[in-house]
Amino acid sequence: MSMPFYVSPEQMTQDKAEFARKGIARGRSLITLEYDEGILLVAENPLNLSKIGEIYDRIGFAGVGKYSEFDRLRQLGIQYADVQGFRFSREDVRAKALANLYSQMIGDEFNRAIKPLEVEIVVAEIGDPESPAHSANALYNVNFDGSILELEGFSVIGGANDNVKRHVEVNYQENMPLETALELGHDALQRAENGTSDLPSESLEVCLLDRSRTGRKFVRLTSPDVKEILTK
Amino acid sequence: MATRFLRRTKLRFRFNGGYLGSSFSELLNDQCPELRPDFKGSELSAPFLSSEGTTVLALRYEGGVLVAGDRLATIGHQVASREIDKVYATDLHSVMAIAGAAGPAIEMARLLRIQLEHYEKIEGAPLELEGKANTLAQLIKQNLPMAMQGLVVVPVFAGFDLRRSIGRLWRYEPTGGRYEERDFDSVGSGSIFARESLKKSYRRDLNRSLAINLAIEALTDAADEDRATGGVDLVRGIFPLIKLCEQQGTEDVEEEEIREAYDRVVASQRLRLSR
Repeated sequence: MSMPFYVSPEQMTQDKAEFARKGIARGRSLITLEYDEGILLVAENPLNLSKIGEIYDRIGFAGVGKYSEFDRLRQLGIQYADVQGFRFSREDVRAKALANLYSQMIGDEFNRAIKPLEVEIVVAEIGDPESPAHSANALYNVNFDGSILELEGFSVIGGANDNVKRHVEVNYQENMPLETALELGHDALQRAENGTSDLPSESLEVCLLDRSRTGRKFVRLTSPDVKEILTK
Repeated sequence: MATRFLRRTKLRFRFNGGYLGSSFSELLNDQCPELRPDFKGSELSAPFLSSEGTTVLALRYEGGVLVAGDRLATIGHQVASREIDKVYATDLHSVMAIAGAAGPAIEMARLLRIQLEHYEKIEGAPLELEGKANTLAQLIKQNLPMAMQGLVVVPVFAGFDLRRSIGRLWRYEPTGGRYEERDFDSVGSGSIFARESLKKSYRRDLNRSLAINLAIEALTDAADEDRATGGVDLVRGIFPLIKLCEQQGTEDVEEEEIREAYDRVVASQRLRLSR
């Protein structure tokens, strides 16, 4: 069969989008929640390979989809942040600029590469009370085609997550304590169509951007920590 | 096709083809070479910063390792700055103290700090203390061309080794060679006097407060003999800086405690000279 010279941009984009969506839906879901003392990121992830990572003092990263691709993005984010902080100052590193960079990068790959990146990522930033322009938390989603969304309160990405999303939307409250937020996340993840309905706490990857810390706010919770919080 | 386009436009932080790894200096070399500390080609007719106008020291004690430094920077015989910070916490369990040309030295401390943090974030775990000491050695080695032009950076690096649960310390040469010291060491123009002072009073079972006393005494002795080392400035309330590196992390010793140690040193000296 001969290859056609011309494929309509619409067709090309749709095919790529479908391909990417399938790739992302095959993985597990990941939830980001604002709580009273910061931002919680939780995913079903029994492995040692992390989906959630620290970018900078106040900025965290999470990704779903193809691991090698979103981990590369994670590393790029750290490179960008560290160079910015080195070039200017630590306070000058902001999630908004990083999320925009991701949007460009992922968008470029979607348009120009043979296959799009099968990733969806979250960039979360905790507010800086000493900077009036940046005192609120920020939450960005960047999707496989580079489209960027600014969200408030929570975000659900990856896997087959309609039920997860619905559960979080219904039960989310502002200024929850950490225990409530983690329980909500845990509960919601168990409702994923392709998730594990009886999810042990050891299979959770849980990270926080914790306002009460000085300097670097990112914390990776150990299994015992998670268990302790969930049993409170 | 996409990569060719991106390479042509010299985009930084490309998805494909950029630097992959955990070394911050190599990243700078690859993506932003203009940020590297690099004084190559600059003409220096006279040293604009005094080389080695300082005393910094590190010593091991029962809790870990102590690092201390004076606060003076000089240009020749004149004071350049009275409150320079020469003791830098480079991460939770390591400290770097610098002697030599102030500008490049501070830049190097900054670079080491970001290098260690960069590695930790990319890899997901911090370097072993040995790895950190090695990283600094490489930075010093890269600085050799500048050292030859008079911008020498000579640090003392110390930290708490979580593997062995002890404090460890190293001194460096401008070539990047590093030497682990078992008990204590000092660098800078007053280092000989500090080392002699420590030699007389150091013991291997020092507790925290004795360690602080010894450090202050050594710095005071150094300032007494070396004009380029700053003593305690009571008028302005400027004291040496001391950091302690232990299992749980790095601590800044409060000025109050340093002042008390200094008072004790002065009192005992007065006693000796009073008859």
